[in-house]
Amino acid sequence: MMPAERPSAQPAAPILVVEDLNVHYDTTDGPAKAVADVSFSLRPGERLGLIGESGSGKTTMATALMRLTRAPGRIAGGRVLLDGQDLLQMNTAELRATRLRDIALIPQGAMSSLNPVMRLGDQIIDAIAAHVPRMSRAALEQRVGELLTSVGLDPSAARRYPHELSGGMKQRAAMAIATSLQPKVIVADEPTSALDVVVQRQVMQTLGKLQGGLGAAVVLIGHDMGLIAQFADTVGVMYAGRIVEIGPVRQMIEAPRHPYTRLLVDSLPGIEVKRDLSGIPGLPPRLVDLPPGCSFAPRCPYAFDRCRRETPQLQVVAPGQRAACHLYPEHQVLPPLPRGHAANDKDYAA
Amino acid sequence: MSKGLGNLRRALAQRRISGLLILGLGILAVVLLFSAIGPLFVNPHYAEVGSVLPRRPPSLQYLLGTDSQGRDMLTLLIYGTPNTLKMGLIAGFIGVGLGLVFGLLAGNFGGILDGVIRILADALLTVPAIAILVIIAGNVDQMTTNVMALVVASLSWMFTTRTIRAQVLTIRERSYVEVARVNGESPIEILFREIMPNLLPYIVASFVGTVGSAILACIGLEALGLGALSETTLGNTIYWSQQSAAVLRGYWWWWGPPIVVIALIFLGLFLTSVGFDRFANPKLARRT
Amino acid sequence: MTALIELEGAAKTYGAFTALDDVTLSLSGTSPSMTAIAGESGSGKTTLARIMLGFIPPSRGRVLYRGKDVASMSGSERRQFRREVQPVFQDPFDVFNPFYRVDHVLTMPVRRYGLAHSDAEARKLIEEALSRVGLRPQDTLGRFPHELSGGQRQRVMVARAVLLRPKLIIADEPVSMVDASLRATILDELKTLNRDLDISIVYITHDLTTAFQICDNIVILYRGTVAEAGSVERVIGDPKHPYSQLLVSSIPLPDLSKPWGGEEVHNDEPAGWTVEDGCPFAPRCPHVMEMCWKSRPPKYLPDSQRLATCFLYRDAPALKEDDISTVFRAPDAAIQPGRARAAATP
Repeated sequence: MMPAERPSAQPAAPILVVEDLNVHYDTTDGPAKAVADVSFSLRPGERLGLIGESGSGKTTMATALMRLTRAPGRIAGGRVLLDGQDLLQMNTAELRATRLRDIALIPQGAMSSLNPVMRLGDQIIDAIAAHVPRMSRAALEQRVGELLTSVGLDPSAARRYPHELSGGMKQRAAMAIATSLQPKVIVADEPTSALDVVVQRQVMQTLGKLQGGLGAAVVLIGHDMGLIAQFADTVGVMYAGRIVEIGPVRQMIEAPRHPYTRLLVDSLPGIEVKRDLSGIPGLPPRLVDLPPGCSFAPRCPYAFDRCRRETPQLQVVAPGQRAACHLYPEHQVLPPLPRGHAANDKDYAA
Repeated sequence: MSKGLGNLRRALAQRRISGLLILGLGILAVVLLFSAIGPLFVNPHYAEVGSVLPRRPPSLQYLLGTDSQGRDMLTLLIYGTPNTLKMGLIAGFIGVGLGLVFGLLAGNFGGILDGVIRILADALLTVPAIAILVIIAGNVDQMTTNVMALVVASLSWMFTTRTIRAQVLTIRERSYVEVARVNGESPIEILFREIMPNLLPYIVASFVGTVGSAILACIGLEALGLGALSETTLGNTIYWSQQSAAVLRGYWWWWGPPIVVIALIFLGLFLTSVGFDRFANPKLARRT
Repeated sequence: MTALIELEGAAKTYGAFTALDDVTLSLSGTSPSMTAIAGESGSGKTTLARIMLGFIPPSRGRVLYRGKDVASMSGSERRQFRREVQPVFQDPFDVFNPFYRVDHVLTMPVRRYGLAHSDAEARKLIEEALSRVGLRPQDTLGRFPHELSGGQRQRVMVARAVLLRPKLIIADEPVSMVDASLRATILDELKTLNRDLDISIVYITHDLTTAFQICDNIVILYRGTVAEAGSVERVIGDPKHPYSQLLVSSIPLPDLSKPWGGEEVHNDEPAGWTVEDGCPFAPRCPHVMEMCWKSRPPKYLPDSQRLATCFLYRDAPALKEDDISTVFRAPDAAIQPGRARAAATP
């Protein structure tokens, strides 16, 4: 199964358009810009992987897409257009009707989002009945059976309580609830973070099948470049609240243009040849006092004066691929790493 | 100690000290101030039977009126409040001290000791304390406020014991205790150096709670007439007003003011405990 | 030659549940090695680590350190064991007592093991250890744990271990809670310690990729038993045990020419079958045979640098002794001693 080779949904109009989304956390040191000027769009059936380290704003982003941002966080601006309708302008009733029906979230640690004292089947029925009030009990139960089968669980699991299920089964159950109303967009925030590698693969493959069946668009949020590469067809890289590069998965891995993407890909060792491991020196910046200019400049081996003055904007660097970096348009591709770069020899992490 | 101060400074700097804590401590300070500087303004003789005209309503001369036995209510309050607080504090110190020792022994050493302490604490928690206290207090020959405090303290340690024991059991499983072990620290050192400092918030919270319930227990016993009737306390004041059927006779100034002071003490303790909880558990106060 | 540490038929049971079943292995004291212990949650890898660290006693079998049974050591032998076998824990947050500055975990071992004669000497030792793991002492000392990042905290813990000049560091998932961009650096530091300071390292992990990159040999555990063991090149590069094959094919590689493997099988267990009756992997094995349900497979040697506990290789010779480390290859550090040290001083 090759994600990149799946039939592309090119001609369809975007189902999800995010424009200049800003989410701030109010702290005693001033607002932390956890998501800053993020824009992207998704066509039906498209799989977008958003990758970032802790503090890059990726989880904030997932909750903002659902408009589930809670204090001290607040959506400070922008639009989230779902099928043309701005989620951020909806009233409470519209919002409640839209969530789950049109856009559904598989939250981080979804396994613990299940109600421990309710049978699985009843939890799924509750979710459906809240949106489709006039469904008969028999029809509901049949739907529960179908949903459980679609996530690779036995229909008899409907009678089980969450504690009777393994982590992978609970994650599948959470996926059954998220897809119970056949949403057009599924937002999955690190859906496999606590699972073992074999179960992780199975859960992701199930998510892929579900999404294919529904023709839904998926935003997969994660920190593991390997996992994102195996699943997504478009990859966006987040750093300090911004998307610094976005493009087709193959180009992003084989020819990344942003230095951060390059170093991130390089820090992933394969299992073919042994080589010296290279991390990225330095630390992600604190969101409350971002450096002027490009946030990555202090850790960037390519940084020059302009990077420390001016925040780079996303620009097209290759077909379908955009990067926020001052190396472009002067350069065609990312130049080789400068000699004596800190990632090559040892450097202090502080 | 300097580390404790450092923590406090850090907490203040990070604004983890909540308004509730300050309000609670403020109320307690007002009550303390009232009983500390009050004696400068009243004549202590007015707390003696027959020193003033009985049953006078509040007036400029007797701000809170006088009781049926010819005592000035304001003077009674001013001299009664510190006695009541003193009983609460003594019982609180002894109760929390016992609870801390029992809790540490049970949590840290486990085994039979843990079993005995746990069963004793659980059993005593289920028996209504006031019933036992009534029996003990009723059999004391010479009741004084100090004896009263000791009687109440004897049943004030169980809650602290349970809290501390549970916390010790949790902290013992933390990785930093394992790190301390491989760093060469001895079991006793681990108990005092690694575990104890992290119990401080729970000790303070238990203390505040224990003082509150001890005051309540003292007042309860005194209202039943089991207190040190020769001394002036808030509970005794209520007992006397009750004896004189103050409520029926409409003498509100006999029972109203002591109840207000008691309510203020409890409000202060409650806010302090809630505020301190936020200070001790930063997660409640601010989410990072 | 006495081995540094030896497990002799070590097993750990909790009631009827077997967390670790009869593991025998030894690590050499003369050529410092890097050994990975890999497996899923519940495979027994953390139990194995805690037994080696002396945190929990084995239910059966023995742990020998420098030839002495850890269970019956004298006081001074125990102190030496305690100092020379050091852990690095998974959670870089929970290892710091929130009450103290980070200095606490560094000054305590210096004092308790009497590593320095004066405060100045202690300070020097601590600063050296911090510098060795890539931390600036002036930016680290005097801080509270929550003021450091997860990566920095984990480095402080590595520095703490280094301070004691251990012979063996047992690192239980040391980077699973650290950000991706910092993981490689920390693992690289472990490798450097192995080469430069002759410290043997046991790396407990679920991540076969990093195990392949930094380790010499690997033991793959499944439900408390050894499924496959040998050099990382053989075991990860060309896995033989069906469970290792499943693990390797499930690694999400950032390489589009290597898509994930397919679905997994679920065999129906014979009525009344329990995991003690046969191969623990039989219920999930795509190659399951009749004999797999009936008895535990011995350790076969499909080649000289690995063993696989699987009847598929029943034509190959079986391992004669119990010790699985007889199939281990010579460590990298023994082949290229002091490579990093030489490179550091041009």
